[in-house]
Amino acid sequence: MAPRRVRGAVCLAVVASLARSLSVGFASPGRRGVAASLASGLAGLLSVESTRAYDLPDLPYAYDALEPSIDKVTMEFHHDKHHLTYVTNINKALEGKTQPALVDLQKTAIKDGAAFRNSGGGAYNHNFFWLEMAPTGKGGKPSEKLGSAIDDSFGSMDDFKATFEAAGAPGARFGSGWVWLVVTDDKKLAITSTPNQDNPLMEGVEGTPGIPILGCDVWEHAYYLKYQYRRPDYIKAWWDVVNWDQVSAWYEDALGGKAPTADSTTSAASLIGARKTSANLNLKLGFEANARYGS
Amino acid sequence: MSFELPDLPYAYDALAPYMSSETLEFHHDKHHQAYVTKGNELLAGSGLEGKSLEEIVKASFGSNAPLFNNAGQHYNHIHFWKWMKKNGGGTSLPGAIASAIDSDLGGYDKFRADFIAAGMGQFGSGWAWLAVKDGKLAIMKTPNGENPLVHGAVPVLGCDVWEHSYYIDYRNARPKYLEAFVDNMVNWDYVLELYEAATK
Ligand SMILES: [Fe+2]
Ligand SMILES: [Fe+2]
Repeated sequence: MAPRRVRGAVCLAVVASLARSLSVGFASPGRRGVAASLASGLAGLLSVESTRAYDLPDLPYAYDALEPSIDKVTMEFHHDKHHLTYVTNINKALEGKTQPALVDLQKTAIKDGAAFRNSGGGAYNHNFFWLEMAPTGKGGKPSEKLGSAIDDSFGSMDDFKATFEAAGAPGARFGSGWVWLVVTDDKKLAITSTPNQDNPLMEGVEGTPGIPILGCDVWEHAYYLKYQYRRPDYIKAWWDVVNWDQVSAWYEDALGGKAPTADSTTSAASLIGARKTSANLNLKLGFEANARYGS
Repeated sequence: MSFELPDLPYAYDALAPYMSSETLEFHHDKHHQAYVTKGNELLAGSGLEGKSLEEIVKASFGSNAPLFNNAGQHYNHIHFWKWMKKNGGGTSLPGAIASAIDSDLGGYDKFRADFIAAGMGQFGSGWAWLAVKDGKLAIMKTPNGENPLVHGAVPVLGCDVWEHSYYIDYRNARPKYLEAFVDNMVNWDYVLELYEAATK
């Protein structure tokens, strides 16, 4: 698994430096076009190379960093065992085949069968879950834009939280699943929930489809050691560890039609996941935001 | 009739170390109790008051999901407690069950493997079952609160594979829990009782 990351990182460094040196100082659209096609060409090579297994990403913080909302032992089992199982099983299902970015597996996962839906979904959802949390007190707050979208859609932050909590309550999401905040096709915010490891990127999913920007795992394994049958208490405590900086960034991306790659904690890995969208390359490599590149 | 939480048919520590008293306390006193409480709330005004639990389970399936979830789980847990006992499980089965397992399921070892596989194959929350369908034993699995009653069969043994049933004692190791259930906890006498009722 390691070689993919290493090779990817090396190639990306080349892409980034080439792209930067080409873009610096050139204002004409034509020159920018050259830099972009070079960058996307190299990114295309990366996708050819990406036939290696998916990694279990490291947690972006210590196992006990989410205390007291989520205890250390829960994080250890959740990440090291549950998440690893999903990653291992989707790798098995794709053994010997091209492995596209995890996010790109999601759309057709239900149609593609149980391994894609359950293990591919579980691998992606948990990548997403670790990234959208931050140590208590370190998660920032919603951007002004996201904050006002939440107010517009739900009345207030408190109303939003109450609606989200209700959607995740045992009576509403009976059994295992997730509650999500999504950006719908018409760029509106909506709260939805999905069973098991389904997510709103999957075609044919229960509930409201869209691009997820926040998700709460309500499988019992996510909270049982600390909260047992008290799922509502878990969701209430979980707000304290939401990484609003990340959620706000994903909201921006989602407004542009881009789903979180949630590929890893490194920018190199998120670039691998984003290789198909030149708009995203643009963002990651520091190109001028208004430049347009064909893809 | 309204739903009522039955007492456990044994002490909370009777199944240790295979199932701890802590697990049974939460599972029985909290989870099962919640199904009973919610079920009663949802039963009121459903038009199914006064029916038997089996009738409520079958009638609400596909038409009243919230009621079904709770009634189904109430039914499942009533039996789940009785499907276990201290020093249960193992290979000395009552004769009638042993021979039905031989003829319908290819023998005890195959039953054991297939039952555990059913529990492993139920992704997310749910149940693994031994049921009587068309007069024969069959292995089944169902999600969440479903059970064989709503799939044209009668359950005679079921193992709860919701994480709440094993997370305290086994964490993510669902296979270990299923093995312990079959090898050390199953109350085969109760399975026989249900089997005889379902096949007479
Ligand atoms: Fe999880
Ligand atoms: Fe249960």
